[in-house]
Amino acid sequence: MALIISMNRDGDSLTVSLDGRLDTTSAPKLEAELRPVLEDGVKNLAIDLKELDYVSSAGLRVLLSTRKIMDRQGDMVVRNANEAVMEVFKVTGFTSLLNIE
Amino acid sequence: MPELKVAATIENLEAVTAFADEHLEAHDCSLKAQTQIDIAIDELFTNIARYAYGAETGEAVIAVEFTDGFAEITFRDWGTPYNPLENPDPDVTLPAEERQIGGLGIFMVKKSMDAVSYRYEDGQNVLTIRRKL
Repeated sequence: MALIISMNRDGDSLTVSLDGRLDTTSAPKLEAELRPVLEDGVKNLAIDLKELDYVSSAGLRVLLSTRKIMDRQGDMVVRNANEAVMEVFKVTGFTSLLNIE
Repeated sequence: MPELKVAATIENLEAVTAFADEHLEAHDCSLKAQTQIDIAIDELFTNIARYAYGAETGEAVIAVEFTDGFAEITFRDWGTPYNPLENPDPDVTLPAEERQIGGLGIFMVKKSMDAVSYRYEDGQNVLTIRRKL
């Protein structure tokens, strides 16, 4: 199963919902789809992980690089991570790198 | 012991994961263990695909075995001898600006599996992960 990326834009706010697996195969796709949209004046980014089954280190890399982009132009929050994803965030110290709601 | 031999390429990650999942599901593996094993496969198979054979493409064999309520998954390749367990653990307390993602994958594997072992034998890198079902 791959990753389904849905984007919902409202002015300078963007919500990105991820459904599936954020892994080595899908992480480059997310990065490629997200980058041009962020460059188009997004100030508030929310990443909704409600339907995300798991994240590997390739996915963490994209979340970190996205955070660095948003540090320069606005805010980023990560929402609704399930238990498996939260555990990865905890083990890797990403709980202190990401604004998790 | 069921095993799968594939070209060690990123494109085959999905096939390797599907192969493992099929056997894990047949052994009533918990969702949590399966998720962690799938992540471990992503990290370990991707390492082989990226680094084992340099610019060449070689083969990898993935074998699964079930004993005493544990799943054991073994990765073999015929590439450059390399023990990923020797890498120092990354500092997971550094701020974003200083964070390196390199080394995070194998660290996640070490933390989520019950045992991880490496040996080099008969010209093969042999890495085994063990996880309670």
